[in-house]
Amino acid sequence: MTTLFRARQALGRPVRGEALVAHDGFSARYDLDRIRGTFSRPAHKLAGQSYNGRILVLDTAKGGVATSWMLHEMASRGIVPLALVLNSVNPILVQGAAFGNVTMLVGFDGDITAQVPHGATVEIDPAARTLAITAAPR
Amino acid sequence: MKLNDLERAMLAGELGPAVKEAIEHQVKVGDFFGAEDFVPVTQAHIMADTESLGEAGVAWVERLARSGGRVRVPTITDPRGTDFARFGVLKHPQWIVELERRAVKAFTGLGVLMTDTCINYQTIQAPARGESVAFGDTGVVIYANSVCGARSNYEGGPAAVAAGLTGRAPRYGFHLASHRRATLRIVVSFQPRTLNDWGALGGVVGRLAGNYWAVPYVEGFTEVPGSDALKHFGAAMASFGSIALYHLAGITPEAEDCGGTALPVAHRIGEADVKALQSAYADGNDVDVVVFSAPQLSLYELQKLAGLCNGRRFVKPLLAMTSPQVKPDADRFGLTQRIEDAGGHVLSGMCFYQSYAREIAEANGWKRLATNSAKLVNILGGYGYVPLLASMERCVAAAESGHL
Repeated sequence: MTTLFRARQALGRPVRGEALVAHDGFSARYDLDRIRGTFSRPAHKLAGQSYNGRILVLDTAKGGVATSWMLHEMASRGIVPLALVLNSVNPILVQGAAFGNVTMLVGFDGDITAQVPHGATVEIDPAARTLAITAAPR
Repeated sequence: MKLNDLERAMLAGELGPAVKEAIEHQVKVGDFFGAEDFVPVTQAHIMADTESLGEAGVAWVERLARSGGRVRVPTITDPRGTDFARFGVLKHPQWIVELERRAVKAFTGLGVLMTDTCINYQTIQAPARGESVAFGDTGVVIYANSVCGARSNYEGGPAAVAAGLTGRAPRYGFHLASHRRATLRIVVSFQPRTLNDWGALGGVVGRLAGNYWAVPYVEGFTEVPGSDALKHFGAAMASFGSIALYHLAGITPEAEDCGGTALPVAHRIGEADVKALQSAYADGNDVDVVVFSAPQLSLYELQKLAGLCNGRRFVKPLLAMTSPQVKPDADRFGLTQRIEDAGGHVLSGMCFYQSYAREIAEANGWKRLATNSAKLVNILGGYGYVPLLASMERCVAAAESGHL
């Protein structure tokens, strides 16, 4: 059975992939080893995990403006998240998603990081502003 | 978004492909945030280091410049990824220097002024109260909004380029009076004395506030801080919490009318809270490198640093980074010489974390980095460093002894 969540804001194209979930923030500069495609900040709840091709389900944006360039740069090398799903964002993440063509969903009823299981397969439809859990974690 | 005749012409490509691409990006972002229209801006400020842009970003700016794009309002830049005169100090490889040169040529082609500074409110032109701008560095935005009373959202690199090309920004967020009202009230019972105390306090406030749309109203200070203190306070708050605007009771220009006193007290911050944040960046005492940066140093910070360097001989690298506007004065007043006589380096137009921090750590064998910048310690963990936070005095002593 599919579980559906509706967001208040959306951007980008439909995507389907594995969700990487944590109640933590996101900044490409602060948190990532962009060459290896992993979370590199030791204190991050996803430290050591690969973000490449995954749908990141996180809480909010951290400081820093570099993400607006870096998502585009990451996409140019093909080592980039498939989508960003967040409880809230700052303009930097939105500008970066728009510039880097990274799908984004923002703002749900309740904490989305508590509702999507880590490792679940999810589908995102920005036009409908929906996230659907289509398969449980393996 | 409602567009006027000029904006419709931009969107139709009548002002060239670069302006068309710029306003398309702005409309996409404006629609996302529900902006009703555009607000004209008087100046734009672009994060333009090539570690952020990458080759792909540089190629994009080159393409805009080749297509005839020219900025419509004064547009300036954040720090570069290297100091062209001193790149050997950091062991920046030639590919970094060449990519930086390409970026400079491309931005210059757009008519951008390469100011290479994150303290433009101290060195170029501070915006006036109510002035709408498009600034692209979190520390710059929070200072402009909070201390100057200007109006800006975080405009990341592509968005700031777009604002320069169109002379406007989508009207949402901190361009709106309704978003500038306080959302949480914080009482402070600790009066910071040093810049790292101010930064650490900013970090504590940022963590408590927690997201971009929060506007802290902070009360309890017994002394009015200066520009450098507020620079570190705001930069750390923006870094730890993605905060773009705060109000200080009795100090900042919009504090009186922001509704802060009508809110219940949400948090009380004392000295123990500030010390707790600082102690999280005190893992052992061996030091590989000492860095003063993030934000770039003012002339007064360099003067103090030069005084602390007198009579010392450093055994560890000490790097002080400032703006191209401050550096000539530091040279002229002999401050650079005094720092370099002790074995330190004064670098211009760059900022440590925007200068390929991972690559220079590997090239120089740096891991344990001491600084008085709370913003810098918050950033560098992800780059593989063990950052250590201490006062300027203790950091300088560490460069001499090798230990904090």
